[in-house]
Amino acid sequence: MSDITSQSLFELTLNIKEKKLSSGEITKAFIDRAEKSKKLNIYVTDNFEKAIDQSKKFDSNPNFDLKLPGIPIAVKDLFCTNGVRTTAGSKILNNFVPTYESTVTQNLWSQGAILLGKLNCDEFAMGSSNETSFFGNVQNPVGENLVPGGSSGGSSAAVASNLTPVTIGTDTGGSIRQPASFTGTVGLKPTYGSCSRYGIVAFASSLDQAGPMTKNVRDCSMLLEVISSFDQKDSTSIDYKRNNYSKELSKDIKGKKIGIPKEYRVDNMPDEIEQLWKNGISYAKDCGAEIIDISLPHTNYALPTYYIVAPAEASSNLARYDGVKYGFRSPGQNLIEMYEKTRSEGFGDEVKRRIMIGTYVLSSGYYDAYYLKAQKVRQLIKKDFDDAFSKVDAILTPSTPSSAFKIGEKTNDPVSMYLNDIFTVPINLAGLPGISIPAGKDKNNYPLGLQVIGKPFDEQNILNISYALEDKINFKNDISDWWLSE
Amino acid sequence: MSIDLKTVKHISKLARISIDDEKANKLKGDLNNIFEFIEKLNELNTDNVQALTSIAETTLRFRKDEIKSENIREKILKNSPEENKDFFVVPKVVE
Repeated sequence: MSDITSQSLFELTLNIKEKKLSSGEITKAFIDRAEKSKKLNIYVTDNFEKAIDQSKKFDSNPNFDLKLPGIPIAVKDLFCTNGVRTTAGSKILNNFVPTYESTVTQNLWSQGAILLGKLNCDEFAMGSSNETSFFGNVQNPVGENLVPGGSSGGSSAAVASNLTPVTIGTDTGGSIRQPASFTGTVGLKPTYGSCSRYGIVAFASSLDQAGPMTKNVRDCSMLLEVISSFDQKDSTSIDYKRNNYSKELSKDIKGKKIGIPKEYRVDNMPDEIEQLWKNGISYAKDCGAEIIDISLPHTNYALPTYYIVAPAEASSNLARYDGVKYGFRSPGQNLIEMYEKTRSEGFGDEVKRRIMIGTYVLSSGYYDAYYLKAQKVRQLIKKDFDDAFSKVDAILTPSTPSSAFKIGEKTNDPVSMYLNDIFTVPINLAGLPGISIPAGKDKNNYPLGLQVIGKPFDEQNILNISYALEDKINFKNDISDWWLSE
Repeated sequence: MSIDLKTVKHISKLARISIDDEKANKLKGDLNNIFEFIEKLNELNTDNVQALTSIAETTLRFRKDEIKSENIREKILKNSPEENKDFFVVPKVVE
């Protein structure tokens, strides 16, 4: 049997069910490895003591019918966890201990999973490198001083470094798929309305979705099956019949029509990514898929649209952080001064920048020129996809325009940081499902990902295409454990 | 168009975030870069396009108007920055 922490969720579940491993052994193995991996700065808060107790409890009365029987899982620190500190990577929530549980994490625990702890992320999920976190940047296990992507950077790094078998992140403009691409892991953003947003610290409500981040496509299907559910507590949760994603997982994609959008061939894209994309196309052909050239004419307008819509929603959502009912408070002579000092000291620079953009585009006299304009362009972007999906079953693109970059390389230029999400943002604007799978490496040996985009509620199809491609690509991460201490 | 220092200070007032002159100047630069990038949308004619207001295309659900009596006062006050029995404490607002 291979080392416990390097096993997939599928293997661990099987080993538990066949009584070859106990929940206690597995939980301890992940905790021991985390203790030696502090250099990566992956955990904001650990739940190790309670996790050990819960694993013993599971072992004394195991239920093998559950989908995650006694499996320890760490989650992004954006999910509210009852009784366990939830910070969203921000000083303003540094001492916040929720008295309720997010629906998505509740779904994990209901299927037998055990909380290992809370994973570092960009502050309020605003960032593409995990550098905006109040708790410091995360190291990418792929190489020293490399960003793990963001905003789910602690999550992607935790999966790649074997600190958790699988995890869940959130994705507003690429925050699951871009870090997955940067770390050689799999990340899926479900259709808007598939996973409940209840209990997730809100960033941009019309774009936010939770989703699985895993070592491989099969694990991804297993986890999606658990977290996707209809929820009365989220008014935009959609009531539809969900697949048994893992049961229906199949490599048979013969006859599937896969679209290749010409607009995703952007200026200055490295040759390696162009080559990666070509390889993906040829693998899809080998699997019997039909390749069709398509056009998504408004692609270039997606990022500017996103940087109006997302900050606008964020500025409204983050108005609640006023130092009155919970979170950090800075005292003031009067109420207004208290608000202003609390928010000035409690939020980091990127969050303030986005609140300012959002406040400006929603302010009197500018609403029509910016916000309304963006909502109209969003309609055009959605229509591009509607038109494309009348001809194809799925769309294949690169996940990111580059591999992981060095820590500090892009922090002084917000716009260059925003360009990271050029291939992922349109999918959130259109509410579609998208998955990033590791597909190759660049000249530095850093991972690169391919993205498969599907029709609304067609997660099964993009999982199947990814499953088939994964088999052909046969990606190996070869991470050296350079960060381990004794 | 460009955003001047006065506008930056006005937005910061609206957003209830106090900023000093140094920060305001830095923000002015950042915001102008970002808005230059956003202005690209003006290339598009959207006169006859309907704004997208909901991606899910569903109407909001109704639920029964039921009273759920849970005693959650303690839970709600648990994270309050300044405690005083059953209330949230803020600086004096009435002179």
